[in-house]
Amino acid sequence: MNELRRKATVSGIGQSEIGRRLMRNPLDLTLDACVAAIEDAGLRREEIDGLSTYPGAMGPGGFSGAGISDVHDALRLPLRWFNGGPEHPGQLGSVIEACMAVACGLANHVLCFRSVWEATYQGKGKRAGLGLGGGESSGGGYRASGMMEYTLPFRAYSAVNWIALFAQRHFHEYGTTREQLAWIALNARRNAGKNPSAIYRDPMTLDDYLSARMISTPLCLFDCDVPADGATAFIVSRPERAADLRREPLFVESVGCALKGRPSWDQFDDLSTMATRDAGPALWEGTELGPGDVDVAELYDGFSFITLSWLESLGFCGKGEGGAFIEGGERIALDGSLPLNTHGGQLSAGRLHGYGFLHEACLQLWGEGGERQVPGDPQVAVAAAGGGPLAGCLLLTKG
Amino acid sequence: MSAEQPFRVLPRVTEENAHFWRGGEQGQLQFLRCSACRTWIHPTSPRCPECLGKGLVVESASGRATVLTYTFNHQPWVPSADHPYPIAIVELEEQTGLRLMTNLVNLSNEDVAIGLAVRVVFEQREDVWFPLFEPADAALRRVGADPA
Ligand SMILES: [Zn+2]
Repeated sequence: MNELRRKATVSGIGQSEIGRRLMRNPLDLTLDACVAAIEDAGLRREEIDGLSTYPGAMGPGGFSGAGISDVHDALRLPLRWFNGGPEHPGQLGSVIEACMAVACGLANHVLCFRSVWEATYQGKGKRAGLGLGGGESSGGGYRASGMMEYTLPFRAYSAVNWIALFAQRHFHEYGTTREQLAWIALNARRNAGKNPSAIYRDPMTLDDYLSARMISTPLCLFDCDVPADGATAFIVSRPERAADLRREPLFVESVGCALKGRPSWDQFDDLSTMATRDAGPALWEGTELGPGDVDVAELYDGFSFITLSWLESLGFCGKGEGGAFIEGGERIALDGSLPLNTHGGQLSAGRLHGYGFLHEACLQLWGEGGERQVPGDPQVAVAAAGGGPLAGCLLLTKG
Repeated sequence: MSAEQPFRVLPRVTEENAHFWRGGEQGQLQFLRCSACRTWIHPTSPRCPECLGKGLVVESASGRATVLTYTFNHQPWVPSADHPYPIAIVELEEQTGLRLMTNLVNLSNEDVAIGLAVRVVFEQREDVWFPLFEPADAALRRVGADPA
């Protein structure tokens, strides 16, 4: 148990228009989400005294739509605390930091945001998918350094290559198959069909999946998420300041941000899992709840294998049992024992880069999932984001 | 290597990593090694991650390794005639955890497997010698092999 339990709440959420190649100014999208979240919480903007984001300002490239200073200045916020940057336990690490800030009394209401405009950037004729901070690699005087020094020179240009190496090792050690992994993508598409703001909503069959173009074995096109433009925002509030707001506050019951193995794509000790292995169990150290108490799971699917790794790491099944757990797709369906990625995930709803999962977890707990609402008034949700050396997760409860 | 070498991003070679990226000029796969506790260190660091000692020296490894995992890249990120090509993580025989991401070369794609014994070969571009790996078993080697 730690000191964070029930010391922070989510009091409001907001999202911009989401789509492929919206050709809109990324700060404009970001502010749409931020203003929506502030209004959703029933706050006035002068009450927002904290600001947090991942990965912060990064210049052109589409990977970041806005930094802390952009939003701070555009909304003229009277900040007491702020935080932005890429070195967090996953994309949701920026929300975990906000939880700590309000728990410590450094702020009352922290606005958290993440915006992406990769679809538009790629649509302008820029090269796609060279991974985090990859820069332009084709010629010029570019030379790889930092985390790219030991990947790009070996023609491993994209995170799909790096994730595929983990997936192949999992297949080798545990007999996991493409027919099993397919259910991450098939379940996502099934749910996206019930989400009007999802990007890909047409039904997908197992045959569609198995006959899809291979990208990096064993991962095919449908194992890779879809670049999108869009922004998502949350208000993280001190419980005593959230009680009188418009919405019933959702309590942050616990967070997981451990990383005990090496922070690396190729040097992590166990190649059949990732940083999820450390962050997942850490979530349960902060609470008396356990995996069996979770009513809905929103687990990062930038690539399908990452979701499998989160399922195992969070203890929904044993290590190596993820393939059997998802096979057939019944257990993870909206009416199954563990509804998973109920909005369609990044695979079908679009790459909002981690924040989309927490947004959906909140919607489900507030009973606002519409056609895709999980039945039975869910009380406990887990949202997890990150793959490779990035991993962070939150456990939310209603009441 | 074949005459038509695929495009490669070059690493930024510095005083700290030159032993690794240029060791191939002498046919050596070199790493830092702790002179106190003999731990091999990769990537480079000013201190030994085991004993925190600063007495680090450059030493040559055998170049013999085992494939821990692999993937065949099909996506034409950069145009090339040799898709799909294998990317792998190999572990050097010197130490558990002494690993490299690399490419497997001089073999048929159908012979790529986890557990395959491999040995280092170097491919030069400008001032860099890329450590790549080919089958240790000569019977599996296909010099200039086309992808299966
Ligand atoms: Zn040492």
